[in-house]
Amino acid sequence: MERNPIRRQLAIMRQSLFDQGHVDEQFVQLEELQDDANPNFVEEVVTLYYRDSARIILNIEQALERKPFDFRKLDAYMHQFKGSSSSIGAKKVKAESTLFRECCKSGNGEGCMRSFQQLKKEYATLRKKLGAYFQ
Amino acid sequence: MSISSSTSTWKAGDTISDQFPAGLRVLVVDDDPTCLMILEKMLIACLYKVTKCNRAETALSKLRENKNGYDIVLSDVHMPDMDGFKLLEHIGLEMDLPVIMMSADDGKQVVMKGVTHGACDYLIKPVRIEALKNIWQHVVRKRKNEWKEFEQSGSVEEGDRQPKQSDDADYSSSANEGNWKGSKRRKDEEEETDERDDTSTLKKPRVVWSVELHQQFVAAVNQLGIDKAVPKKILELMNVPGLTRENVASHLQKYRLYLRRLSGVSQHQSNLSTIISAQDPTFGSLSSLSGLDLQTLAATGQLPAQSLARLQAAGLGRATAKSGIPITLVDQRNIFSFENPKLRFGEGQQQHMTNKQQVNLLHGIPTTMEPKQLVSLRHAAQSVGNMNMQVPPHGAQSSQNNPLLMQMGQQQQQSRGQMLVDSTINHAPRLSSSMGQPILSNGMATNVSSRNGIPENIRAPGYSQTPSMLNFPMNHASELPGNCFPLGSTPGVSNLTSKGAFQEDVNSEIKGSGGFMPSYDVFNDLNQHKPQSWELQNVGIAFDTSQNSNSLQGNLDLTQSALGQQGFSSGQMNGHNRSAAVASKAMFSTDDVKELGSAQNVNQHLNNLLVDNSIRVKSERVCDTSPANIFPDHFGQDDLMSALLKQQESVASSENEFDFDGYSMNNIPV
Repeated sequence: MERNPIRRQLAIMRQSLFDQGHVDEQFVQLEELQDDANPNFVEEVVTLYYRDSARIILNIEQALERKPFDFRKLDAYMHQFKGSSSSIGAKKVKAESTLFRECCKSGNGEGCMRSFQQLKKEYATLRKKLGAYFQ
Repeated sequence: MSISSSTSTWKAGDTISDQFPAGLRVLVVDDDPTCLMILEKMLIACLYKVTKCNRAETALSKLRENKNGYDIVLSDVHMPDMDGFKLLEHIGLEMDLPVIMMSADDGKQVVMKGVTHGACDYLIKPVRIEALKNIWQHVVRKRKNEWKEFEQSGSVEEGDRQPKQSDDADYSSSANEGNWKGSKRRKDEEEETDERDDTSTLKKPRVVWSVELHQQFVAAVNQLGIDKAVPKKILELMNVPGLTRENVASHLQKYRLYLRRLSGVSQHQSNLSTIISAQDPTFGSLSSLSGLDLQTLAATGQLPAQSLARLQAAGLGRATAKSGIPITLVDQRNIFSFENPKLRFGEGQQQHMTNKQQVNLLHGIPTTMEPKQLVSLRHAAQSVGNMNMQVPPHGAQSSQNNPLLMQMGQQQQQSRGQMLVDSTINHAPRLSSSMGQPILSNGMATNVSSRNGIPENIRAPGYSQTPSMLNFPMNHASELPGNCFPLGSTPGVSNLTSKGAFQEDVNSEIKGSGGFMPSYDVFNDLNQHKPQSWELQNVGIAFDTSQNSNSLQGNLDLTQSALGQQGFSSGQMNGHNRSAAVASKAMFSTDDVKELGSAQNVNQHLNNLLVDNSIRVKSERVCDTSPANIFPDHFGQDDLMSALLKQQESVASSENEFDFDGYSMNNIPV
């Protein structure tokens, strides 16, 4: 009984994640991998993602502090970040990563900075939402 | 999955366990822990056995310490310690496992890079589980290919030639379908044709073409018209239960060769018969072997189905030649029955397997051409010659072969060494080892390899070979093991145009078939010398080429001279070979054949054998001289050609295509 409301809430939260575009199809793939043997698989993966990607974010931040920008390096970092993000289905974060890479490719330092800021925002938002979801 | 590293044990379509692909041992390499975790979970969900590494170095060391411990590798492209492509190369070189690349990058360049570096597949991240579910196909495909190559290279003993068989069957039937596509096709074939069972397993009961069955066959063929006779229709007309399309296809191939032989043989019959009769025993074996070789070669996709058929026919013809004849029915019979077994070169030696040993003599001979061996070689050559004869008439066929050859060459580079080797059946190992490897280097190698195997057999069909030769040169000069077969294999050499060198000559050459005989010897030598084998092949081809008088583009000289002589000198053979006293000279008169080194030995022997050889087999040295000479243009393997060419040079004199015919005739009394 009391599970139902929670379940329902969970379902609503989950749905909003999709509706708001925070996560995509890939997230569903992760969910499908979850089973009785790994009941918290999705959560584990997401946790791992945040831990690992934090490192990359830091690297990018540091790189952005060095002027002039080393676009190649920035692009490489972002490529890595994008790969991770897409693996867990972080849609918005991934989209922002793509933008960032484009800026790198065109040598748009300003664009990079802006994009990165946006990216960090999305990244944080997702983290919060997922955190709530898993609780 | 019981996929063992040794291909031989893994019979395509045969040993795949029921659980497959469950249990597939996958090694996944990715520096991103998130991805790695997800991939691992997905792979486990696919019921694979997963090992994960986050560093390329770790992955390599794991692979190295347990070479057979993995079936497939999944690797990320961008990794900090080592570039994914570099890892891909390492794995390909050291372990030859299928590798799938992954990346979030889906840019065309990167994907292309994966392809060029040899990746089996390229997955875009995020990877979906559906994509992983099918990765086993790459493992199977690779094994099939390996198996095929393996067999061809003379691992006859090894194993099933099943894959080959299917290939052969394909060749013969679809002729140019591209069986060469290699393993894939083979796999398809195996899967599609259940009947293949009997052909695919080594010891499967072969279809014995009894007189009646053969008559039914002939009736069906005549009804359809020799040109329009396709295995499928023939099968329908014959309406024999239990007969598969493959059986018919291979039989048809032999039959065609036989017909060719008939048309061209008349003259030299007398000569050959004498020679042959002397050697009968060996001869028989030779033919059988050739058939096998051919098949294997064909199987490997390198030899165009037709060539194979031809060779086989030739081989068979040889056997019959002993008897002095008319191989017609006998040959056919032999050929046909022989063919089946032949497919499995290693396995099937079936009918003539016993002869195999003898054949070995022939094949292996190159180096030691003892008189006895020579004789057998001669026979082989003769048969080859016969084949040639047959070939020419069937220009159409050759054309088919050509495409096949060409394809083969392209595809099969590796099999190259193997193929050729196989043909010699016994030699095959030799050749393959020697040739395969060294030769393969070039793309042509594949073609060549097939040819090499056959060279021995093929010699006769010079013409067919030329086409093949052409192929070789085209792809790799290296490969051409010199066996006539490959090059000439397609009687229709004309088709070979692709590579240019041979093709042209080939067509014309085929007539020469006579010239082949020497090639056989040459091949033997070649076999011995690894790289040489390639040469031999070239030489063989040269024979064919002789027909054309050198249209060969460069390498193909062989074809030109092939006719007359076994002019291996593929490119260079300028047709002089042709004249080679076909019959008598077992030695190819490859004009251009640059002295193939070891081939000389062979040549010498051959010469001795064929007293009458009008074919001046020149330096048949086919064996050692790098065939490169022969196909200088195409192959890059100068050595091979030169070797072959040299051999051919010795022969060159006879221009007449006819020489070959005559030559072959002698050998195979049809």
